[in-house]
Amino acid sequence: MRPRSNQPVFWLLFGAGGMLSALVGVALVFMTGIAAPLGLEPRAVMSYGDLHAFTRNWAGKAFVFAVISLFAWHGAHRIYHTLHDLGVPTGFAAKLACYGTALLVTIIAAEALLKIGF
Amino acid sequence: MAMRHTYVRSMDGWWRRDPYFLRYMAREATSVFVVTYAMILLAGVIRLSHGEAEFAAWLDGLASPWSVAFHVLLLAVFAYHTWSWFRILPKTMPPVTLGGKRLGAGAITGLGIAAAAIASVGLFALVVALA
Amino acid sequence: MPDSFHPSEVTIEVLRYDPADAGGPRTQSWSVPYTPDMSVLQALQYVKDHLDGSLTFRWSCRMAICGSCGVMVNGVPHLGCRTFVRDFLPGPVRVEALAHFPIERDLVVDAEDFIEKLREIHPWIQPKVARLIEEGPYRQTPEELARYESFSHCINCMLCYAACPQYGLDPKFLGPGLTALAHRYNSDSRDGAKDERMELLHSEEGVWSCTAVGYCSEVCPKQVDPANAVNQNKTASALDWFARFLPGRS
Repeated sequence: MRPRSNQPVFWLLFGAGGMLSALVGVALVFMTGIAAPLGLEPRAVMSYGDLHAFTRNWAGKAFVFAVISLFAWHGAHRIYHTLHDLGVPTGFAAKLACYGTALLVTIIAAEALLKIGF
Repeated sequence: MAMRHTYVRSMDGWWRRDPYFLRYMAREATSVFVVTYAMILLAGVIRLSHGEAEFAAWLDGLASPWSVAFHVLLLAVFAYHTWSWFRILPKTMPPVTLGGKRLGAGAITGLGIAAAAIASVGLFALVVALA
Repeated sequence: MPDSFHPSEVTIEVLRYDPADAGGPRTQSWSVPYTPDMSVLQALQYVKDHLDGSLTFRWSCRMAICGSCGVMVNGVPHLGCRTFVRDFLPGPVRVEALAHFPIERDLVVDAEDFIEKLREIHPWIQPKVARLIEEGPYRQTPEELARYESFSHCINCMLCYAACPQYGLDPKFLGPGLTALAHRYNSDSRDGAKDERMELLHSEEGVWSCTAVGYCSEVCPKQVDPANAVNQNKTASALDWFARFLPGRS
């Protein structure tokens, strides 16, 4: 009996992150990294008051959590496979480095968002 | 019969040997930037949870010329990610029929890009409405 | 009349390999008379017939159906019989054995791994329900046929394996063409052996070695679209990974 691969779990997370980043990545990067700092429209997207209020409710928390966590899982999976493509040995150490980082990002994001309260 | 002695060629630098593979590597490399952006947002959320002063410091960092320049690069990379994602998406799908005819790869890609455009406009509208 | 568009001769460069030669592969070039309609296979045959009888290569039908004459032409997998020298002018046209396979001699590769894997996927219909001759032929709707037809066009030429870097990096990978063939049988309404083929596909050497490079489908001379077969099965395999925990599944 050939052992089943456990890649499906990481692949689904990769797919979700890839889809989310493909749909809203450009818009988010523009708003948070270019529009807000330069004072372009949509303005005030990053004011402390608005962002704090946004992340105090469940929907806001869920959105921010999904973006941060799924982008990280997407990156982890692709980077892990790219290391393999580049000839880097991809044993347990590589898996831990890649997927472990995504897990860490996920936990820290959840903790920070919960700390913001309701 | 002559002795068999097969020759195995090296895979070193395989991806540099063909434009198709270079484009593949560029597509895969977008993931480094996707996870970097996630870390930037994570830093922001952490600062947000620590209060207004710390969050203001993070915002100031974003306003620096280096940060804005980097985000312009990120914008280009994310745009390439959107493009390459919806280009490969049809390959992952079983045949889809719409109105009796099979939906082609080009149509699926087009629909994906359109969805991204709609999602982006929607996000802008949401932000303007909430501000 | 020879001119810059139609030279009278073209240079063919071949990566030669003699297993008795300790020095490894070496390049050899010949000047071959050119006509606008000649294929790369014809150029090789000219060399063998008139210039160097030791040049060794596989070929058979000359019409892109037997799958024997796969070679690398200027670094890209092609069927020699269907690839025209005129598309590579002014030359030289560089011909090499199919990538990612060990070279036996000159342009002949060791295809044993492919043949062994071909056996493993059980590429024949194992009927869901036993059927007697008296019952007549199976009936399929056009929709049932459409589900597997393109994947049945594979001629086992192995160009997709020469295109697939994951196979090159790890020959344990089942590979594009044979996954497409397994999918052909899994998708055929007459077949009932999907579970045993899926065991192979669910494994690390099955679909999970694929990273959707997509070059396999680009080079396929029969538009089989093996990339689609492999990646469709990723979704199926991923969903099954969770579905196996549902009650009612063995």
